[in-house]
Amino acid sequence: MKFYLVRFLCPFLVLRAHKEGKPQKLLEMNGHTPVPHAYDYDLIVIGGGSGGLAAAKEAARYEKKVMVLDFVTPTPLGNSWGLGGTCVNVGCIPKKLMHQAALLGQALQDSRKYGWQFTEEVKHNWMTMTESVQNYIGSLNWGYRVALREKNVTYENAYGEFVGPHTVKATNKRGVEKLYTAERFLIATGERPRYLDIPGDKEYCISSDDLFSLPYCPGKTLVVGASYVALECAGFLAGLGLDVTVMVRSILLRGFDQDIANKIGEYMEEHGINFIREFVPIKVEQIEEGTPGRLRVTAKSTKGNQIIEGEYNTVLLAIGRDACTRKIGLDKVGVKINEKTGKIPVNDEEQTNVPYIYAVGDILQDKLELTPVAIQAGRLLVQRLYGGATSKCDYVNVPTTVFTPLEYGACGYSEEAAVEKFGEENIEVYHSNFWPLEWTVPSRDNNKCYAKIICNIQDNERVIGFHVLGPNAGEVTQGFAAAIKCGITKEQLDNTIGIHPVCAEVSSAIQILCFSSSII
Amino acid sequence: MAALWRRRLLGVSGLCRTVRALSGKNEYDLLIIGGGSGGLACAKEAAQFGRQVAVLDYVEPSPQGTKWGLGGTCVNVGCIPKKLMHQAALLGSALKDAQHYGWNIAQPVHHTWSVMAQAVQNYVKSLNWGHRVQLQDKKVKYFNMKGSFSDLHTVRGLTKAGKETIVTAENIVIATGGRPKYPMHIAGALEYGITSDDLFWLKESPGKTLVVGASYVSLECAGFLTGIGLDTTVMMRSIPLRGFDQQMASLVTEHMESYGTKFLKRCFPTKVEKLESNRLKVTWKNTDLGTEETDSFDTVMWAVGRAPDTETLNLEAVGVKTNSETGKIIVDASEATSVPHIYAVGDITEGRPELTPTAIAAGKLLAQRLFGQSSELMDYDNVPTTVFTPLEYGCVGLSEEAAVQCYGSDNIEMVCLREREQRILGLHFIGPNAGEVIQGFALGIKCGATYPQLMKTVGIHPTCAEEITKLHITKRSGLDATVTGC
Repeated sequence: MKFYLVRFLCPFLVLRAHKEGKPQKLLEMNGHTPVPHAYDYDLIVIGGGSGGLAAAKEAARYEKKVMVLDFVTPTPLGNSWGLGGTCVNVGCIPKKLMHQAALLGQALQDSRKYGWQFTEEVKHNWMTMTESVQNYIGSLNWGYRVALREKNVTYENAYGEFVGPHTVKATNKRGVEKLYTAERFLIATGERPRYLDIPGDKEYCISSDDLFSLPYCPGKTLVVGASYVALECAGFLAGLGLDVTVMVRSILLRGFDQDIANKIGEYMEEHGINFIREFVPIKVEQIEEGTPGRLRVTAKSTKGNQIIEGEYNTVLLAIGRDACTRKIGLDKVGVKINEKTGKIPVNDEEQTNVPYIYAVGDILQDKLELTPVAIQAGRLLVQRLYGGATSKCDYVNVPTTVFTPLEYGACGYSEEAAVEKFGEENIEVYHSNFWPLEWTVPSRDNNKCYAKIICNIQDNERVIGFHVLGPNAGEVTQGFAAAIKCGITKEQLDNTIGIHPVCAEVSSAIQILCFSSSII
Repeated sequence: MAALWRRRLLGVSGLCRTVRALSGKNEYDLLIIGGGSGGLACAKEAAQFGRQVAVLDYVEPSPQGTKWGLGGTCVNVGCIPKKLMHQAALLGSALKDAQHYGWNIAQPVHHTWSVMAQAVQNYVKSLNWGHRVQLQDKKVKYFNMKGSFSDLHTVRGLTKAGKETIVTAENIVIATGGRPKYPMHIAGALEYGITSDDLFWLKESPGKTLVVGASYVSLECAGFLTGIGLDTTVMMRSIPLRGFDQQMASLVTEHMESYGTKFLKRCFPTKVEKLESNRLKVTWKNTDLGTEETDSFDTVMWAVGRAPDTETLNLEAVGVKTNSETGKIIVDASEATSVPHIYAVGDITEGRPELTPTAIAAGKLLAQRLFGQSSELMDYDNVPTTVFTPLEYGCVGLSEEAAVQCYGSDNIEMVCLREREQRILGLHFIGPNAGEVIQGFALGIKCGATYPQLMKTVGIHPTCAEEITKLHITKRSGLDATVTGC
């Protein structure tokens, strides 16, 4: 049956013009069997994550017939989850909640200085937290299903892959296959954590895909990696009282401002997290089974032949993520991907090289891997397709926040990138340390928080980079991103009155210059 | 010949001042009466230009006898202790939340006022010390004396012990701020009530407290008192947070009510008496029901407004004009009073926001104009602020009422102009960390941000602030603004 279908579908001649009147590329293949003009759907979205769902819901607003195919291939350890994608299930949401749990641990300590009294010894219960987090995620999964239903978007929990032009095959958990056709497709399959490809990695190590629903406390943990995923996870695990070590191959937070990345690392080290620098694991063995068990990790230096060993209850791999584009039949429809990275190049309208196939989210080449970007891109794409809109997603000056124990909010250029683009002599960097008022009473971490603004001297001292390291960095940065979008200059910044007493006011008080070569 | 030369120079402003300073007729180039936010900022800035600067600061004890060191209201009995005690209350909520996040703490937990108060007071004292050191470092002369005008360039300083010092200065800045008002027409108000001047310095817990007033001072104090577990009631004669966006004001008070603060709305007190138990019996009129009611409290705190501290300045001697209704000093756009070389900054000035950052900015700019060849005036538009009630409220720009009044309701949509570019006139946010959220957007508004620009800004996920970049339901549409998940 399968073979027969493939043979039937292969020879297609697609002759359909774009609704907007733009001529469509002809996809001529062997044979001339005409495509039925009535597709099953106007739009099929492959991937029910941030980008996919946003686009699907938007398309439904224009009364389009939409289908969402979402399927989670279980992790090597057998873990899976519901509708909503990475952000909701194994990303932003559980991450922030566990980060909050860690922050609350700190708050408990602070509160004693503010007069609160309770038992001296306070312990954290992993299961209580994880259950609460998973319950909340479950409610979100449910909420999405309801939202799709209400908007008449067809949802199938099935693995979607292209089998021929305008046609996908959806395979559900039980292996039942169905074929669907659509006028347009949106690929939003996102990414999954990468493994090391060393003995024992898939059998014994976990990834962020497993961590947030781990049914037992991870115990003494080795986090491998230096990405924000690695540092955020290491951060909250330590905050919950666990013994945490981070194994870093070279630098921290590649791609982020390195001055700030180092401050983040220092802060984590000062707060009890061990760092093993310039080593990579070469072998993971199980010493003892259990929940958690005991693992032996052997690692080799990147700078020589030194070998070290360590024993941990859990090894969390956070070395990067790979796009889910290699097994969805893109070759069958001619969608080009970057063979090395697996990512899909698109034009500024999120269109792939195949005109009726679009893509949004983490799988895009040279774009940011962020939920709000995927949502924005998905929505605007649909508005252009069906609403006659012309707005394109603005990928410039997208703010972001790393939720490490000392949070880091940023928008615009890092100092290195600014120097590279504009030249050191053409940028001015203003910076300042600050001590949040709330930390004074418990006397903690004086002079650790930091804010930095990078200005383009040749353009009226326009603010081209904003960086803040401190509590609630995300809340602080959001508004600045709006201001940067409006083209704010240093002068305007100086003229804006601060709100007192908040951390964010430091930005309008930053006066100290620092030239990038002599960073204090 | 020399005398003629001097007289001719008298007619030339600006340049004349700097020349006369060098001639040494007046001891100081700048004398500042009041060592608070505005005064100290002005002093330190002027000193940067190499000027001879002196600051007179003196705290008249409150009726209850409370006094404090250098730094003014903000540092001692305002923003700083307020935010710290607000933080203490927030931590109380955090303790409750922590349980759900897996932290096991035996409930109920207790709060000890004296531990908090001492920590806060110690921090404030360190700031007093810090300010003194800073003045010393910048070679600003500091007198702990109460100042009053003798003549145009002469101020008499009086110490606590009654010792007098005469100080002369070329330019004088009045930055004496304000003090809480007492409702003098209410029997017992002065003898038995306290104000914010006293609250932060109490050594023992205020216990069951009645806070009278509907100002942000009243609500913020009542908010944190409730948060640390005290039985707290707010008595309001009419609307809460007059001058603020009223929809937001209601949300603030509603949250406080659900959070445990009791409200006596449309009531005003008529007398306060002391009971044998040392508790205070308060009698009040309920204007809605037309009844008279009583209850007893451990503490009654008045938060019914602040009065400018000008009475003992002897302003009449030099002719500095004040507003007859408010008592505040009238100034022009350059902070000059009716007397050319006498200026005023901060809470004491008529028509200006009563905020630390505006006082600081105004003080700095004034010093720059006087001594630094600058001509930049203070911009009082679009000053962001935050009310640190249990549910924080941050705002910048116009309230809905003000916008409607200014532009007409047909032209307003989400407090932004409807036509063409839809410039944002006002932004209001209620939620945790409201101050942190609003600060950046205030910058945007300073740049003339429009609604489309706001919508183009990508959100940071997951934060509260990102909601602002997603605002799309208009009040005009009548649609439900409740959000259900991402």
